[in-house]
Amino acid sequence: MNEGAAQPWHEIVLEVLKANEVRLVAYVPDNVLKPLISGCHADPFFTTLAAAREEEAIGILCGAWMAGMRGIALMQTSGFATLANVLASLPCAFQIPALMMVSERGTLGEFNIGQAMVNRTMRPVLDSLGIEHHTITRRDECGFILDRSIRQAVTTQAPACLILSPLLTGGKVLKA
Amino acid sequence: MSASVTTAHNAKRMNRAALVRRLVARIGEDPAVIGGIGHSNFDLWAAGHRARNFYMLGSMGLAVPIGLGVALAQPRRKVFVLEGDGSLLMQLGCLSTVAAQRPANLAILLLDNGTYQITGGQRTPAELAGTDLVAVARAAGLPQAAWAADEADFDRLVAQCLDTEGPHVIGLKLDDAPPAGQTERDPAQIRDRFMRGMGAKRSGLPG
Ligand SMILES: Cc1ncc(C[n+]2csc(CCOP(=O)(O)OP(=O)(O)O)c2C)c(N)n1
Repeated sequence: MNEGAAQPWHEIVLEVLKANEVRLVAYVPDNVLKPLISGCHADPFFTTLAAAREEEAIGILCGAWMAGMRGIALMQTSGFATLANVLASLPCAFQIPALMMVSERGTLGEFNIGQAMVNRTMRPVLDSLGIEHHTITRRDECGFILDRSIRQAVTTQAPACLILSPLLTGGKVLKA
Repeated sequence: MSASVTTAHNAKRMNRAALVRRLVARIGEDPAVIGGIGHSNFDLWAAGHRARNFYMLGSMGLAVPIGLGVALAQPRRKVFVLEGDGSLLMQLGCLSTVAAQRPANLAILLLDNGTYQITGGQRTPAELAGTDLVAVARAAGLPQAAWAADEADFDRLVAQCLDTEGPHVIGLKLDDAPPAGQTERDPAQIRDRFMRGMGAKRSGLPG
């Protein structure tokens, strides 16, 4: 456990995705996610692609799942806010374990009021759709939460969302 | 490379249900077919259920992304996507996403009736503006995009999708006839049957 604590969060995420055969990574970028995105691109285990919109990323994952390939969508809080309709009508309605990882903006030192406001819509949307979600705040819990969430999503055929708190990632702060 | 030089306004207005029946008869059992929202999947359903059909119910604009995901997961199987013009217009960025990945097994059939037919036939902004969606696809980086001049040309373009590497786009100008049927709305069952058809799920339950 002690050696593991030195490992950066994005390496833990990469390992857990691999261990769970999550091969497709579709993203709309975010600065905090940069090392994770680079890590996925650099590893031939993953098929990693940028989508023009987060909605597309969800569509791509759902198609891939139905054809036998697991995937995850990476995005920022503001990107999640574009998703309510497609989550309701595709992974929720069709019972597809669409995995989402959201880099949390809008809290713990946010400098952009728009981000702060849209952040407040994220958990209510997840709750109202009945989507299992966890906020990861600590490195020593990161692997466990992600691993168990993927397993539960797959076995219960339900979407799931992991929110990466600035407590885990450092977040983004205004440079003076 | 497509040899077709048919322009949008010269393309014959054809019947969606008849074209989808033609497609299904031509491609055989193996390819996956993704029907987009509303009338695209209604006419796929009306052409007779196939084991590898997926009928999308509510996520307007996502037929192409879903088809891209299927194509990436099973690169050896051809994947045909049926998408309405209003739907594609809502998610034009997906053309660049597809072009960037270059899935050789993906074919997008644009069902262009110029309207949002299922919501009452209102004309789309693309129709009002004279936007040529096949030209948009080409400009997005999908050079194998062509309007079908008529039914025989459609058959030829479908054969190209089956026999050559894509991604391909076929533009189909449609008349305003209503769909020939209506899909059963049971998403979990649709998904289950599609996954079994794709070999992505095995089940001891009959079905
Ligand atoms: C995001 C979203 N906006 C609006 C709708 C309502 N809606 C459902 S189908 C449709 C029109 C689809 O048009 P098109 O793709 O051209 O197909 P057609 O009805 O002409 O067959 C609309 C506006 C919706 N389902 N989702």
